[in-house]
Amino acid sequence: MSKILTVDDLQVKYGGILALKGISFEVNKGEIVSLIGANGAGKTTTLRAISGLVPFTGRIQLLQGETEWLDLSTVAKHDIVRKGLAHSPEGRGIFPNLTVYENLFLGAFARNDKPEIAKDLEHCFELFPRLKERIKQKAGTLSGGEQQMVAISRALMAKPKVLLLDEPSLGLAPLIVAQIFEIIKKVNSEGMTVLLVEQNARMALKISHRAYCVETGKITLSGKGIDLLKDSRIVDSYLGGH
Amino acid sequence: MDQGHSQEFIQHLINGISLGSIYALIALGYTMVYGILQLINFAHSEVYMVGAFAAFYVGKALGLADHPGVLALLVLIFSAVVVCSLLGITIERLAYRPLRKAPKLNILITAIGVSLLLQYSGQIIFGADPKLFPEVIKDSPLFSIGTVEVRSLDLTILIVSTLVMAGLHFLVHYTKIGTAMRAVSSNANVANLMGINVDRIITYTFVIGSSLAGVASVLVGLKYPKIDPLMGMLFGIKAFVAAVLGGIGSLPGAMLGGVILGLCEEMVVGYLSSTYRDALAFGILILILLLRPAGLLGTVTREKV
Ligand SMILES: Nc1ncnc2c1ncn2[C@@H]1O[C@H](COP(=O)(O)OP(=O)(O)OP(=O)(O)O)[C@@H](O)[C@H]1O
Ligand SMILES: [Mg+2]
Repeated sequence: MSKILTVDDLQVKYGGILALKGISFEVNKGEIVSLIGANGAGKTTTLRAISGLVPFTGRIQLLQGETEWLDLSTVAKHDIVRKGLAHSPEGRGIFPNLTVYENLFLGAFARNDKPEIAKDLEHCFELFPRLKERIKQKAGTLSGGEQQMVAISRALMAKPKVLLLDEPSLGLAPLIVAQIFEIIKKVNSEGMTVLLVEQNARMALKISHRAYCVETGKITLSGKGIDLLKDSRIVDSYLGGH
Repeated sequence: MDQGHSQEFIQHLINGISLGSIYALIALGYTMVYGILQLINFAHSEVYMVGAFAAFYVGKALGLADHPGVLALLVLIFSAVVVCSLLGITIERLAYRPLRKAPKLNILITAIGVSLLLQYSGQIIFGADPKLFPEVIKDSPLFSIGTVEVRSLDLTILIVSTLVMAGLHFLVHYTKIGTAMRAVSSNANVANLMGINVDRIITYTFVIGSSLAGVASVLVGLKYPKIDPLMGMLFGIKAFVAAVLGGIGSLPGAMLGGVILGLCEEMVVGYLSSTYRDALAFGILILILLLRPAGLLGTVTREKV
């Protein structure tokens, strides 16, 4: 398998406090990779660093074309999406006063291929038919689950190489969570590489090819999703034990 | 009401709306910058003042007072818009951008400082004595309905400001840039993730807001032809009150607030006394802050995290 995103010795400081103490991992093309861990472990911070939203030390690289590696610290934060990363942030980050259509349209802000954008919009409506009915509605008036659908669709509209999802299950009812995870699996089966951050470790591990466990700014465990599901350390800490 | 009274009322109505639409144009500049930076750009009233002088000097150089008409008006508006935009961009770059991450209070004080700097520079450069704005639209009664006169100047002001506001509405709601502006105003951090260059959008916002002030400055010059470097103070504060009245951050609010303020002023002057004219705006400001701080069309603001 070939790598598409690599993170090397990533450190992030907030004020004087080291939130990430040297995190390294990689994502291969076509994978779903999860970062799981408790509150405050540093999962969101990792995604924010990748997207250029917080200053960091260490090395984050994204594959461009076949063999060329791009150092993301050289890319302005508003250009990251143009290099192939789309980030659906924690808490969804939709634009509440804008319509569903405008939210999705902004997902494709960096693109110029109009006919392709229209196709991708249709594809989002296939994934989330409910959004099509609510296209003219202000996104802030949607239910939490629908807002999450907007957030994921908006990231997909960027047509990224790697999709970054920060806690898509946050605050949603179990039925909707299951739906969202089905969609993530489906998008991945269509070829999308996904880096997923989740507290819902069981759901995340079930659909992930590989996963890393983050604890207070460090990676403590890693492995295949199905293996970690059975790993006693994971079961005890994150899956409620037995 | 007998006929004479109702016609007098309609006359005041026309005057009030015409004045109010100028307030609205300036108020839009305050509200747009506030919407995107949560900053009250006190220098905005001086941008408007400089626009009037830019138009004045261009008009003088070209001798436009001797060639009144629509073309002359457009030349004046164009000059004011260009100069105001450049000034707006400069203020943003030099004064506000370096303070992007600074506490709100520092930026507010800077805004007041820039405003004063421009007022005093204006007095040095333009001279403190009033100048006579070129009369490119001759104010004459165009037609009457009963005894109500519709004058060419009021009609010009109404047409120009309506066109400009319609253009703004289109820009903000139906273009890519406008949608990006609303996104930045809603959540700048997330806007970055969409590939929106937030600094560039802020620059555009200053260009648009300052352009509106430029248009307004020419309309004011036509309506009140004596211009001086302190003209921005009172008019600017009134436009700011209009923005607060409508709900700062809300574009329809700024338009509504401007028109309401213009109407109230005209009615107070017409039926009470002109001594209350300038006090009125401050009365409205106090009332709105007491009764409905978010303004008529504003939403309750929550602190962003
Ligand atoms: N803006 C900030 N300023 C200061 N400290 C921060 C900031 N954001 C996060 N932190 C701290 O950094 C650490 C990692 O936070 P982070 O949000 O990355 O955790 P997380 O793994 O995403 O947690 P959760 O599962 O609760 O979302 C925490 O201790 C948090 O308090
Ligand atoms: Mg988090």
